[in-house]
Amino acid sequence: MSLRESHCDLLIVGAGPAGMAAALAAAPAGLAVTLVDDNIHPGGQIWRDGPGVALPPLARQHRDALARHPNIRVLCGTRVVGLGGPAAPGHAPALLLEDAERGWAQHSRRLLLCNGARELLLPFPGWTLPGVTGAGGLQALVKGGVPVRGQRIVIAGTGPLLLAAADTARKAGAQVVRIAEQASWQALAAFALQLPRWPAKALQAATLIHPRWRAASHVLQAEGAGALERVRLQRGPHQETLACDRLACGFGLVPNTQLGQLLGCELNERQGLRVDHLMATTVPGVHAAGECTGFGGSERALLQGAIAGHAVAGDTARAQALLPRLARWEGFADLLHAQFPLSPAVRQLAAPDTLVCRCEDVPHHALAGRTGWIDAKLHTRCGMGACQGRVCGAATQVLFGWTPAPPRHLLSPTRIGTLAQETD
Amino acid sequence: MTIALPVQVLIDGTPVQLPPGHSVAAALALRPPGCSRTSVTGERRAPFCGMGICHECRVLVDGRRRLACQTLCTDGMAIDTRDNPAGGPP
Repeated sequence: MSLRESHCDLLIVGAGPAGMAAALAAAPAGLAVTLVDDNIHPGGQIWRDGPGVALPPLARQHRDALARHPNIRVLCGTRVVGLGGPAAPGHAPALLLEDAERGWAQHSRRLLLCNGARELLLPFPGWTLPGVTGAGGLQALVKGGVPVRGQRIVIAGTGPLLLAAADTARKAGAQVVRIAEQASWQALAAFALQLPRWPAKALQAATLIHPRWRAASHVLQAEGAGALERVRLQRGPHQETLACDRLACGFGLVPNTQLGQLLGCELNERQGLRVDHLMATTVPGVHAAGECTGFGGSERALLQGAIAGHAVAGDTARAQALLPRLARWEGFADLLHAQFPLSPAVRQLAAPDTLVCRCEDVPHHALAGRTGWIDAKLHTRCGMGACQGRVCGAATQVLFGWTPAPPRHLLSPTRIGTLAQETD
Repeated sequence: MTIALPVQVLIDGTPVQLPPGHSVAAALALRPPGCSRTSVTGERRAPFCGMGICHECRVLVDGRRRLACQTLCTDGMAIDTRDNPAGGPP
């Protein structure tokens, strides 16, 4: 029998470090916690589990701790698809959830958004060829069991994630033939000089340095007949062409704010959800923690999650006790935001016939004359496909300076049975 | 000691074996170039973002539309990358 409605004290959306830390902070107070995530296992991106990864001890500890609390219900493979109808007075907005089998309205007294961040994926000629993925995308696919042993891999884009992706690929037996970082050596040196303020990060960076890493380099074109065969790169003043089996490109991170914006939450200056010192958003009953409040790494996400969990459980003192540690990691987040600005060249990689919207196959030339996001949607169907503008919305913000409109009810493709049930 | 038996799935009717615990995206990759769908203008596409954002990896799993990167292979599962007509309605 299908369940139409479910109720809990605290609904946490996203089981990455922030969501897990929040559940563990709130559970001892006796709250009925439901933790949902659309992936196969808890862990989010950084602690993604699968046959291609050995989980770090801290991730394992969090997973084990979740299992020890009978009042934490973990629902993986479960996606928030929209709004769940009217909520009781004083409660958080109800959400419409869907798993592989059924859909239901999930009610909660308090809602905590830990939606994480996604990669900024920018269009360039050939980026739709099979074999081209995101950089974090390659990492995620490898962890899930995609075999790369013996494959030649080029990684390009910007930020520390490129080195982490290269490390995952190398451990899985791939040959990383180039890491092309668009930032200059000067920018990287400035970043490195700041790192000793966070010794664990400095150590991590030292272990990730790769001999094929090059600064002031970026992707120009992916080429191949039906699948990727080679990549053309700009490397300083020169160009190089490398034969490869995979190309993984990531241009930074974008906070996942769609659900928060659907609920009416305001954004902050980091394009994340605005929160106060106890992680409350601008919508009553709705909190947010982790990368969706502006990316800054897992240490920050763990602290924000714990603060949110304690605050929701009514233990303000314990939440406030974590604020000094959070301030330290907010400093690291500031550094990440300041040091990897996109160069003008990387913003202009697309050719006129390069598809910008991969769902509706809308080329760059069809968008170049439009005045904004809504105008482009109405005239070209850009952003109206299955991903609902999650990829092209962030891309057109970089390419054309458009601000994607806040999403409306139904955040992703939803089965008709889920919707029919909603209106029963 | 438990022995992890391989899982067999059908991709477009062809049997593919892989160890338990792998994603449908991993199963697709065993048949290079690992395509999942055909775009609205007829391009073949493969898993891209790896984390349930881009929907490039959508396939039919036992007749239901699922994301390959967020779905675990189970024994006997029928995965179809063909009957996903031109990207399908959203």
